[in-house]
Amino acid sequence: MHKKGNGKVTPRMKRLDKSPTGIAGFDEVTNGGVPKGRPTIVCGGPGCGKTMFALEFLVRGAMDFNEPGVLMTFEETSEEMSKNVASLGFDLKKLAAKKKLVLEYVRIEPAEIQETGEYDLEGLFIRMQHAVKSIGAKRVVLDTLEAIFSGFSNTGMLRAEIRRLFRWLKDHGLTTVVTAEKGEGTLTRYSLEEYVSDCVIFLDHRVTDQISTRRMRVVKYRGASHIADEVPFLIDERGFSVLPSSSMKLNHGVSNERISSGVKDLDDMLEGKGFYRGSSVLVSGTAGSGKSSLAAQFAQQTCRDDERCLYVALEESPAQAMRNMRSIGIDLEKHVRKGLLRFEAWRPTQSGLEMHLLHIHKLVQQHKPATVVIDPLTSLMVGSTNQLHSMLMRLLDFLKTQQITGFFTALTSGRNKEIEETDVGISSLIDTWIFARDVELNGERNRCIYVLKSRGMANSNQIREFLMSKDGIRLLPVYVGSGTVLTGSARISQEARERAESLQRQQTAEEQQRVLSGKRKALEAQIAALRLEYAQEEARATLVKQHDERRERELSQEMLEMKSFRGGARREKIGGRNGKVGVEHES
Amino acid sequence: MRARTNAKTKKSSANGNGRYLELRLYVAGQSPKSLAALANLKKFCAEHLDGQYELQVIDLVKTPQLAQNDQILAIPTLVRKLPVPMRKIIGDLSDSARVLVGLDLRDKAGAE
Repeated sequence: MHKKGNGKVTPRMKRLDKSPTGIAGFDEVTNGGVPKGRPTIVCGGPGCGKTMFALEFLVRGAMDFNEPGVLMTFEETSEEMSKNVASLGFDLKKLAAKKKLVLEYVRIEPAEIQETGEYDLEGLFIRMQHAVKSIGAKRVVLDTLEAIFSGFSNTGMLRAEIRRLFRWLKDHGLTTVVTAEKGEGTLTRYSLEEYVSDCVIFLDHRVTDQISTRRMRVVKYRGASHIADEVPFLIDERGFSVLPSSSMKLNHGVSNERISSGVKDLDDMLEGKGFYRGSSVLVSGTAGSGKSSLAAQFAQQTCRDDERCLYVALEESPAQAMRNMRSIGIDLEKHVRKGLLRFEAWRPTQSGLEMHLLHIHKLVQQHKPATVVIDPLTSLMVGSTNQLHSMLMRLLDFLKTQQITGFFTALTSGRNKEIEETDVGISSLIDTWIFARDVELNGERNRCIYVLKSRGMANSNQIREFLMSKDGIRLLPVYVGSGTVLTGSARISQEARERAESLQRQQTAEEQQRVLSGKRKALEAQIAALRLEYAQEEARATLVKQHDERRERELSQEMLEMKSFRGGARREKIGGRNGKVGVEHES
Repeated sequence: MRARTNAKTKKSSANGNGRYLELRLYVAGQSPKSLAALANLKKFCAEHLDGQYELQVIDLVKTPQLAQNDQILAIPTLVRKLPVPMRKIIGDLSDSARVLVGLDLRDKAGAE
């Protein structure tokens, strides 16, 4: 026999040793599992999942922790049990053949038993002992031990024997899980919790608004701290899983690495680099504002970067979503085939909120994605907002601690345009918030997008127009002018109008230029003509002057000639008169 | 096949009931209840069965693997294997009237 086959419990000071159950989430809730070497009661109403819990504890022990186990059932035969859990992928028979498990069915048939005198349950002990010894079992499950109460009338003896059984199990260091039916006002119908004082787990299955939720509560855990809250759990095709509650601390590591949103124009709005790895991105908007397309683009980008992506679609079937995305040039199917993209779709009304989140948890753990897309997050709003808030917080927390980038879409009601304080009330949890909205103008509905906030980066304040085409998504700067924001054909026509106007302006200017230059030419011509005229005038004036002078000269010559011709006294008289004239002329 | 830990008693002559019983007594070692049951059973057989029976005593301490077949929980348990249907009587068999009822013999005895 091995000494402490799985003694890797954290070396705390003489604390209660714990045995990991291997049940997803449970070991975190209980800080390590169930008390090692001691009995634990798992109780609850019919169909609450007690048996499933016990079985998984046993099977995980046998498979993952090398702790063989004994399954003693009082209600179901080994055959039935094997069949019941075969759907979970647990092959009890194979485990039994490998000596990892012993299936011991204890049948109690009150009708064929007659009691005469004193007896005890030594037979049960012998069988238990034999089973434990045969494989060196470390774990024991007693599935609905209380069934023995129906087989024997001597309850005093039964209780004494049960007490003895638990002591025996403890003495042999067997980590035991006992399932028990819930009683009226008590945890178990036969008050088994009186004998098992170490750990009591209560499972609950309730239906609110037609939606069932399973919850688990650690009622008691002697000598150890545990989370006393009710925590949701899930039973699905992979077994039992508990949703670990969010840690109290906000100390997840951060990354400075940036990842592309898949839309270049959007990256441009985020410092040209995209989102931070491990951040939470919310795209909210009205119906048909292009949220899913952005989500698909993001998913595609993740796969192109050779990373894994988990896409949770809550409104469309995978086939439908992929067909729709193909219309804008996004081929998701290719990535699904390559195993990079895991596309999961389910109805939001299928189960309660915790179940959804638990499901996402499980998928994340299985697929180990780098990014998670949930489209749309608002579909999860089946519970109260309060509940949603705390649940989403858990989810975001979980993703952040795993450095997974979360990309969520949220549908906002079209009526209220100022829904930036979203209905979901998770704005404070979101790192990058992109808001998509419709602009109705001129008989058209156009998509606009802007980055409302983005922690830790200088994001663009622009409103961009969101265009989807066969070649993908483009974000165009919208027309901003004369006090209005124009999109779509209004933007196009406005741009055309502007072009026409500018052309016209240009033409007018040219025309004016032409007119002006014509005028100048005319003026110049005029000036030339005037100059010419002036020159002619001047020329004429000189000519006249010369002419006059000549005549003067000729005249005075004549006078002289005449004077000399007439002679003496007359000459003086005439000379005086003519002299005057001559003087005038000479001056 | 089956380990017969104790002596087998078998008598072939028919008794008044015309019935033949195949009995098994499960005990756990030499516990007082087991010893009492064996003593009481022997006395009962001598008084009521007139040799028309086969008794096999199984000590589960020695052969625990035999407990499962007859679904033994309580010790001591007397099992009537034949005639069918199987009957079980648990306890030290101190009340022979109840043993008669348990072995389904009383009606026959009364009718005679």
